Amino acid sequence: MTDQETASALDPPPDVVARLERMKARDVILRVEGLDKQFTGRGRGVKALDGIRFQTHRREFLCIVGPSGCGKSTLIRILAGLEAASGGVALLDGVPITGPGRERGMVFQGYTLFPWLTVKRNVMFGLEMTGTGRSEAARQAGEWLDLIGLSAFAEAYPHQLSGGMKQRVAIARALINQPRILLMDEPFAALDAQTRARMQAYLLDIWKKIDVTVIFITHDLDEAIYLADRILVLSPHPGRVQEMIEVPLARPRSPAQVQSAAFRATKARLESLIHAPTSSAAEEEPYPAMPLMANVLDTVE
Amino acid sequence: MPSVRSAAFGWGLSGGAARPRMARPNWLRIRGPLPLGTRRMLGLCSFLLPLLVWAIVSYVPFIWHPNMLVTNPGDVDYFQVGMSVDRATFASEVTSALQAKQAPPQGVPANPLYLPSPGAVASAFIAAFTSSAGNAEGGWMLASLWKSIQVIFWGFLISSLIGVPLGILAGANTAVSHLVEPIVEFFRYLPAPAFGALAVAVLGIYDGPKIAIIVIGTLFQQILIVANTTRKVEFGLVEAALTLGCRNGRLLSKVIVPAILPDLYRDQRVLLGWAWTYLIVAELVGATSGISLFITQQARHQHFAAVFAGIAVIGIVGLGTDLLLGRLGRRLFPWDRSAAL
Repeated sequence: MTDQETASALDPPPDVVARLERMKARDVILRVEGLDKQFTGRGRGVKALDGIRFQTHRREFLCIVGPSGCGKSTLIRILAGLEAASGGVALLDGVPITGPGRERGMVFQGYTLFPWLTVKRNVMFGLEMTGTGRSEAARQAGEWLDLIGLSAFAEAYPHQLSGGMKQRVAIARALINQPRILLMDEPFAALDAQTRARMQAYLLDIWKKIDVTVIFITHDLDEAIYLADRILVLSPHPGRVQEMIEVPLARPRSPAQVQSAAFRATKARLESLIHAPTSSAAEEEPYPAMPLMANVLDTVE
Repeated sequence: MPSVRSAAFGWGLSGGAARPRMARPNWLRIRGPLPLGTRRMLGLCSFLLPLLVWAIVSYVPFIWHPNMLVTNPGDVDYFQVGMSVDRATFASEVTSALQAKQAPPQGVPANPLYLPSPGAVASAFIAAFTSSAGNAEGGWMLASLWKSIQVIFWGFLISSLIGVPLGILAGANTAVSHLVEPIVEFFRYLPAPAFGALAVAVLGIYDGPKIAIIVIGTLFQQILIVANTTRKVEFGLVEAALTLGCRNGRLLSKVIVPAILPDLYRDQRVLLGWAWTYLIVAELVGATSGISLFITQQARHQHFAAVFAGIAVIGIVGLGTDLLLGRLGRRLFPWDRSAAL
């Protein structure tokens, strides 16, 4: 594939352009301005985030990718209010984020369902915490369980569910609070490939039907391209915004698009950004050559 | 030929098919599983084997039996029927009697008084429960036991009412932890019986000081253990609750407390056992009462079979309570998969 072909494949087709224009016409829901994070400890500080600046629009699906050490988890934890930034500000609907709140739902990689509550009570948890009555909370939780297809498991405990089921419950538990944005920190990383593919399609289905903005962290480039409207690429040490990429793929997305030229061109672009020669050589530790310890005649390659 | 050892590191355990099938469980494997029947059998043996050793030592005359129980004193003037003398003395008396052409004493081999046979202990056990003989205060085992259980109950209840909330707060909050734990660490090294005289001075000679000793013996350990259990709550659960709009007090009551409940329950079971071990010391403080009174009185009259029965009762009540609580725990916490025993 020549550079010219790549460039043309990266140009979004007219329908995608129109959709992205519609998205950008919506209000800015989250504005991150010059966000810094400095971890101090044992004498010297480590800078995790340096001047992060981006914005998302209402109902956008934004993925954040980057190599390990780029601070993507730190970034989403600051957005969730679980950690404080050292500098800069993140504004949700123009209001600075100072702590956790129900308008920002979060789905973690480790499922974090409450093991002592049944599936239904897990989903009800957010409503009960914010003053909704038990019966109303139960009614809404029942509806959500119908939506995620787990009504039969309403009275089961989390340890009786598979990984994919647990993550569906976690998504329902976050969305029942009707958050403005849904923060997802590598939510499918622990799932097997088939379950993960189903969960991705399933997440897109939920996302397009309700008014929610998704910020999704992943280290899987295929996943990012498949899900996102735009992809924020971070560079490591310290975490900086490297680029914001618009995904030139039409919606609805389908697994077949993985084979398309646009998909492959986007992936090549992301890979060139992430594995750029700028990444420090110290990160990739050299390992010593392994001596041959098997029969020299008994080759496997 | 170059000596290339293909399995130098044991990576390629060649011939997996040739390995014998693991038909019967290997008892020596680390954490190897055993069938339920085997586990039950081992649990039974855990009691039966020591009992068997005890029975053999008691009933087989040539195993130990260092003494002779005099059945007929003969012409030895200081021997009496039922007297226990060591074998050497008995033998020398027999020879000297025979030389003096007097009637030799007769006797049977016996163990020392302090090692009664299982049968004697069993009959003492039954007698202690059925007869109200002896003095009304202490001779009757059931009344003594009930008295002891009340002391344990109140001691453990008071300790838990203070220790559990304080432990949870210390485990959940850094400020409380740093304020409370240093002094508790200091107190937990002080032996509870050391407070005996002080407790009697303050609380009188009846149940007050006994309950206080149990509280002192349990409380400080309880605060530290509960605090540690609370600290082990997966922090992700707290963070998830925070993002769902859960705050301060509710975070404690709706997340931290339910999250630690099964472990807290297990801690309490261990601590209750701890409280039982302080019982005898506690009951000797002030006016001796309860099972301790029973045991000390019987010991004073050298009724060692009854002493053994009294000690066994404590073990039986303790173990029985624990088994019961264990069963109850599995019903109370159906989500808890780490349930042991």
